[in-house]
Amino acid sequence: MSGSTQPSGGPTKGVLGWIEFRLPIFSFLNSSVGYAYPAPKNLSYWWNFGSLAGVALVIQILTGIVLAMHYIPTAAEAFGSVERIMRDVNYGWLLRYMHANGASMFFAVVYLHIFRGLYYGSYKYPRELLWWIGLVIFILMIATAFMGYVLPWGQMSFWAATVITNLFSAIPLVGTAIVTWFWGDFSVGDALLRRLFSLHYLLPFVIAAMAIIHLWALHQHKSNNPLGIDMKGPQDQLSFHPYYTAKDLFGLGIYLIIFAALVFYVPNSLSEPVNYVPANPLQTPPHIVPEWYLLPFYAILRAVPDKLGGVIAMAGALVVLFAVPWLDTSKVRSARFRPIFKWLFWVFVVDAIVLGIVGAHPPGGAYVPIGQIATAYYFLHFLVLMPVIGKLESPLPLPDSIATAVLAKGKR
Amino acid sequence: MRTLVRSAGVAALAAALFAAALPASPAEDTAPLKTPQWSFTGVMGGFDTAALQRGFQVFDNVCAACHSLSFVAYRNLVDIGLPEAKAKEVAAAKMVTDGPNDQGEMFQRPAILADRFVPPFANENAARYAMNGAYPPDLSLIVKAREGGPDYVYSLLTGFADAPHDVTLAAGMNYNPYFPGHQIAMPPPLAEGVLDYADGTKATVDQMAKDVTQFLEWAAEPKLGERKRMGLGVMLFLLVLTGMFYAVKRAVWRDVH
Ligand code: HEC
Ligand code: HEM
Repeated sequence: MSGSTQPSGGPTKGVLGWIEFRLPIFSFLNSSVGYAYPAPKNLSYWWNFGSLAGVALVIQILTGIVLAMHYIPTAAEAFGSVERIMRDVNYGWLLRYMHANGASMFFAVVYLHIFRGLYYGSYKYPRELLWWIGLVIFILMIATAFMGYVLPWGQMSFWAATVITNLFSAIPLVGTAIVTWFWGDFSVGDALLRRLFSLHYLLPFVIAAMAIIHLWALHQHKSNNPLGIDMKGPQDQLSFHPYYTAKDLFGLGIYLIIFAALVFYVPNSLSEPVNYVPANPLQTPPHIVPEWYLLPFYAILRAVPDKLGGVIAMAGALVVLFAVPWLDTSKVRSARFRPIFKWLFWVFVVDAIVLGIVGAHPPGGAYVPIGQIATAYYFLHFLVLMPVIGKLESPLPLPDSIATAVLAKGKR
Repeated sequence: MRTLVRSAGVAALAAALFAAALPASPAEDTAPLKTPQWSFTGVMGGFDTAALQRGFQVFDNVCAACHSLSFVAYRNLVDIGLPEAKAKEVAAAKMVTDGPNDQGEMFQRPAILADRFVPPFANENAARYAMNGAYPPDLSLIVKAREGGPDYVYSLLTGFADAPHDVTLAAGMNYNPYFPGHQIAMPPPLAEGVLDYADGTKATVDQMAKDVTQFLEWAAEPKLGERKRMGLGVMLFLLVLTGMFYAVKRAVWRDVH
């Protein structure tokens, strides 16, 4: 079967034709995710995580909207209202466990999605803006998840809110004033909880808007692929539907199995038990830790002994990602053809995991120097190794086209 | 693709080795927990109604003297198999403040099914005053709020012992190696003979500790049984669905090369 795409014309007759004539939605869908949208024929399962992130966002929004119907954003009632959701609201336990574990699933797929991009050089020309928009989504997710975590108003919610808002006090001169302004009060309490709830409701819709722009940019130059070379014609392509719709659906099935296993069998395994203790401003928990998906950044924050320095390092860890399209000096996209960078990539993956482990433990003993070395390596990877290796390394020869590479592989 | 998966495996292994080589966190000086068999753990696990009812008896006779259980209502007792009349009786034994009435006054009335468990003390200050400054926490979520969950609560309840020679207990404190710091303000609550089980089971300390722990697990996670039952159906459905998706994917991609 040839994978060439069919004309994007929509229906012309009947009710659908009537609609199409006034609102060309069918041809739009066809050219976005249908027969008329071409994708490289060699995409691997690493290309499933984008659509899964979209599903994760929809699940968060749907469960979140229903939770918000029952949740009470006041310091006195928040904790109790979440317990009421768990006990008295029909399937409230299901909604809440889906929402809480859904956030973890969302981050898991987005991390895989980002690492996929780093391995295959998906951030390079002409996809720099696409990469940027993705990073904006990631930062918005971090903010959203932090705010959501505060809402149940358990001990960890309260103390995470305290630690994170206090970071802004590191800003010289105006820091304390800014923190008071955030709090809307002189301490973490009702006023802060309400504004975090309002923003937690808002930001996912901003994320949804960003995701649409992300897709818009994606569709301009289409997907990158494991070979990192451009599509040169119909022999390199498959139409999105039915090939990638079918493949994405299979991926979705796997995703839902893992998600259901978490929700139904170990729904509290990723969260801290202390958060089932109601917030108590007079009692600090022995160690304050964020959710797993923020641990690497928490480790970077704590690696610098100075508060302002830590905040700058943590922000820098995100900001440096925006510069990656220019820090990577190699002309070759895919790490498959980059013998040295390929290994550096995996060392970086280990470094990120090490940072996560360090972030989970109270600072002390060996964790302090390990966290500092891992933080230094994080920046070294992007700021030094990426530009230098890109220049020094001699990449393997690239195949002429996707089609020839795929055929050669098929013959073997 | 295959090399990518292999490299990912190597990276995960390297990180795991690193994690294993690191020292455990300090501050965890508590004894390793006992791990009894629970009916409610595992994929098909669920509560044992008889144990829940015995556990309620322990809670009501012993723990309720000091601890509140404020997220559980008397009506919930029907869910552990108590007849409604019995649950009403349990509720009616406690008095709650209600009102204001027509004259604008608050009044006392017996609790009803819709009321939450009536706490033993009016507020935290009253509890601390009565308990020498210590505060018996609310037990509704205690199992979910502690590392180790039911194993921790069971170990704590059965872990009281005489203090070793090198430990000097502060006034009013009791030795318990499972509690952080090993000194707990709660006196050993369970002892042989504090109650006779209505169902004739022998009320040993171990039995009572197991039963009340299961009761507290239920109090913290009342929808556990429903959750696991639904989970089984959902998992089976998803496995079949995913199998079908896979077949479709194979069929669609058959001619691609
Ligand atoms: C005489 C009053 C009293 C009785 C009866 C009592 N407790 Fe306690 N309990 C306390 C006090 C006081 C504390 C707080 C201990 C501390 O913080 O040092 C406590 C703490 C606890 C804790 C929390 C330990 C922790 O990790 O913080 C649990 C669990 C507990 N009790 C379970 C029970 C159970 C189950 C029963 C019934 C079998 C029971 N208690 C009966 C007074 C009591
Ligand atoms: C980007 C998408 C979202 C992410 C990553 C996210 C993340 C989170 C997290 C981590 C929590 C704490 C979970 C817990 O322990 O209870 C939470 C709670 C909550 N979220 Fe979201 N959320 C998202 C979208 C939404 C939306 C769109 C709404 C409402 C329209 C919403 C409403 C709520 C409510 C009411 C709570 C508190 C109830 C609870 O704790 O379960 N969320 N969220």
